[in-house]
Amino acid sequence: MKGTIHVRYEILRSARNPLLLGISWALPLVVFYAVAPEQRHALADCLTAPNGHGMTDCVSFPLYFMTAMAAYGAMWATIAPGARIARDRGKGWIRQLRTTPLRARTEAVAKVLASYLGALPALVLLYLAGVSLGVRLDAAQWFEMTGLLLVGLAPFVAIGIVFGHLVPPDAITVAEAGFVVILALLGGAFGTLFAGGVMLRVVKLLPSYWLVQAGKTAIGSGSWPAEAWIVVGIWTLCSVPLAALAYQHDKARV
Amino acid sequence: MAVVSAETAGIRTTGLTKSYGSVHAVRGIDLVIAPGETVALLGPNGAGKTTTVDIFLGLARPDGGTVFVFGASPTEAVRSGWVGAMLQSGSLPDHLRVRELVTLLASYYPHPRRVDEVLDQTGTADIAGRWTNKLSGGQAQRVRFAAALASNADLLILDEPTAGIDVEGRREIWRAIRAVAERGKTVLFATHYLEEADANADRIVLIARGEIVADGPGSEIKAKVGSRTVKATLPGVELAELRALPGVLGAERHGEAVTLSCSDTDAALGALFGSFPAVRDVEVRGASLEEAFLELTGDEHGDQDAKVEASRPGNEEPG
Ligand SMILES: Nc1ncnc2c1ncn2[C@@H]1O[C@H](COP(=O)(O)OP(=O)(O)OP(=O)(O)O)[C@@H](O)[C@H]1O
Ligand SMILES: [Mg+2]
Repeated sequence: MKGTIHVRYEILRSARNPLLLGISWALPLVVFYAVAPEQRHALADCLTAPNGHGMTDCVSFPLYFMTAMAAYGAMWATIAPGARIARDRGKGWIRQLRTTPLRARTEAVAKVLASYLGALPALVLLYLAGVSLGVRLDAAQWFEMTGLLLVGLAPFVAIGIVFGHLVPPDAITVAEAGFVVILALLGGAFGTLFAGGVMLRVVKLLPSYWLVQAGKTAIGSGSWPAEAWIVVGIWTLCSVPLAALAYQHDKARV
Repeated sequence: MAVVSAETAGIRTTGLTKSYGSVHAVRGIDLVIAPGETVALLGPNGAGKTTTVDIFLGLARPDGGTVFVFGASPTEAVRSGWVGAMLQSGSLPDHLRVRELVTLLASYYPHPRRVDEVLDQTGTADIAGRWTNKLSGGQAQRVRFAAALASNADLLILDEPTAGIDVEGRREIWRAIRAVAERGKTVLFATHYLEEADANADRIVLIARGEIVADGPGSEIKAKVGSRTVKATLPGVELAELRALPGVLGAERHGEAVTLSCSDTDAALGALFGSFPAVRDVEVRGASLEEAFLELTGDEHGDQDAKVEASRPGNEEPG
């Protein structure tokens, strides 16, 4: 099929980026093992109970931190291909591609697949690490959690493409790193910041918050609340057309 | 030159103009290139070659005029895979090997060339396994050429394909380009090297300051300027008298020596000996294409940046 070679090489180029492997796969794993073993039996990510007394919704620390680090690595992995767009643009490669019959659709499919395939190892590695520290979920819960993470990553794929087409090549790394770290921090990937109050309501508007929450599937309350779907849905619905616009803008520039 | 209709023309453009701010990069280009023709776009730095070529590729939008590539818009032609291109500037993407890059480019086209064949023809077979971002300037240029060649497109547009390439490489590249032309493909290449244009194109389109100043085979361009120069020692004769001789286009004096540029040397020599029996040391020289080039692209409007590269210097950086 036409386009398969482009998709294959796009994924290959992604996988050949040692920084991607280091930052999105190895780093979260290292942090997980540095922090989680000591708090093996602790509880984490609790919320203030609705009556205002005590805590609820807690999960085991390894489960919480496993999801948090998996989400952190996956955010990196999904946004990273954007940096390659910026570099290719800087080298005039995007211009060269515009002289070929390569279709925008093929480019989009390749970018999305490369993003997600980069994220999968980050998830799997952290799952294995979690299991090694006693995290136990049944198959349905693993699948559900993975599914939620993949859905929640969609805005990051699109935002990577937006950045790639709009941010200058020499600023792309800083832009992406800043974006991921701030969203991960506010979303609670390095420890929950807010157990209640107005700030909790604010961070609940971020897709990164719901990525970290995907682990809650383990405690029966199951999947995301409607609020999570709405937040992630809105982020996706806004960022995907933005990515298309950024691509078009780059293409139209003469 | 054959008369070609818009439908069958490889490229047909009328009244093409393009400005960047106050710079008039292209000002009114009319050009018809027949399918199968090999055309050189020859001109000094800043003449508007790249701008013209970018418009043909749909990379730049003209301010005015029309462009058809095989009867379609440049964008449609590119989308249909009818056009393969090598741009003047740009480097190669990272995390790919040479063979992979050529394979990738070939994969975009409906009827690509065999990658091995292309690597052989462009002298890149021995670097096929190297990373594309770790090549020398000339190697990278060869790979960019290989990528364009792999398209096997009906129209090949090459913007200074041999810039920065060594003698052996240039020979390989021109051989490959002529092979493409022999298979009936249309080739348009930009260059500011005269020998390249003369040796490898059916037709030279000479452009200066955004306009076509001459269009035809190399020999025709030479004829246009005066095919030959006659030098002689002839004191005490008015230049106006010499200019009035049949076959003479112009005359200059350096001390006792005069130089006549002639459209018809036979007529000029006959008249010279007939009218001025005192003439001595007569010498006939063919005007080189370089002289024609300099004359045609010369500094008519006091344009400071219309510098001319009359002969090929050593190796140059592409860009
Ligand atoms: N993007 C741009 N912005 C502003 N001016 C430009 C741009 N591109 C080209 N120009 C100007 O347009 C004119 C024609 O440039 P062009 O690149 O077409 O010349 P060229 O014939 O390809 O020259 P060279 O032999 O140096 O490659 C030049 O004066 C150049 O400075
Ligand atoms: Mg140029």
